[in-house]
Amino acid sequence: MASLKELRNRIASVQATQKITRAMQMVAASKLRRAQEAAEAARPYADRMGAVLGNLAASINDVETAPKLLAGTGSDKRHLLIVATAERGLCGGFNSSIARLAREDAQKLMADGKQVQILCVGRKGHDVLKRYFDKELLEPVSYQGLKSIGFDQAQEVAGRILDDFTADGFDICTLYYSKFENVISQVPTGLQIIPARFDDSQTPELGGAAYDYEPEENDILDALLPRNIAVQILRALLENAASEQGARMTAMDNATRNAGEMIESLSITYNRSRQAQITKELIEIISGAEAL
Amino acid sequence: MADRLKFDLVSPEKLVLSAEVDMVEVPGAEGDFGVLPNHSPVMAMLRPGTLTVESDGKRQSFELDGGFVDVTPEGVTVLAENISGA
Repeated sequence: MASLKELRNRIASVQATQKITRAMQMVAASKLRRAQEAAEAARPYADRMGAVLGNLAASINDVETAPKLLAGTGSDKRHLLIVATAERGLCGGFNSSIARLAREDAQKLMADGKQVQILCVGRKGHDVLKRYFDKELLEPVSYQGLKSIGFDQAQEVAGRILDDFTADGFDICTLYYSKFENVISQVPTGLQIIPARFDDSQTPELGGAAYDYEPEENDILDALLPRNIAVQILRALLENAASEQGARMTAMDNATRNAGEMIESLSITYNRSRQAQITKELIEIISGAEAL
Repeated sequence: MADRLKFDLVSPEKLVLSAEVDMVEVPGAEGDFGVLPNHSPVMAMLRPGTLTVESDGKRQSFELDGGFVDVTPEGVTVLAENISGA
């Protein structure tokens, strides 16, 4: 049995930990609200962009002249995986679940004899994947210390990917991030962004009238497709930010509750051993007096 | 048929404006043009310039750093980065 002093120290340290986890939970809750708003505000642009591009893509019949970002390079040998994770830990299974999904897919692709490259956005994903992959990992992008993710950052990442694509560095690009469903549920998702895939169901009804294009369809596509990549990345980063805070809030809530339970059971042990010690001292005194 | 135009101005970060308006003037890449209700469907690139929205005789303008306009029978959508002015 631990001594009374040891127990007292234990209780004090668990209490301090509980204070920290509770504070982190509250911070995450307030950040979550802001991140959620940002993610929702970014949705209209991405949705419209998707609808417009889906429309354009449907109107292009000649696959030969279509931009490579849409039609692909005609091969599926070389894959680039972009893994977007958080910069910080202590958010439950958030980082590891994204990394696991990406890892499994990468290993599957490699088993099929494809070439894989991995670009991590966010320090944590890189840390995890580094153990499994070595030469496949590219120099990671990190936005540590940055207050909020904006379009500039997304454009920076997109620019890097597009440069690589133009230089014929890969054929297919997939983006891994965590989709924000609600506070307690975040779903790790893989989304193929190059060549682009569109949801045809969003195409608006034109009422028989044909679209006028200004300039030509292909010129518009050439200008829009790179922008779409940036928009998709921005959306992924913002969803990720919201998911991260949601995951952290849940994790810290659990930690606070566990600390509470631990303090309770430690206090009971402490009180019992204190009681036992008092009883023992009393018995000693009484039996000492009786012996006289 | 509606005699007003549903207009959305969207930036990657947020929906800047969503309103029913009378007319929209956009800086098209191949020349400025105005869009009135029942305009035929057009997709056009925008060059950096001023976008003007007219509603109930009031004009509101925005500075755009290039972008994209999509005119459909349902309305007009402008997608642009770096929107300023109100």
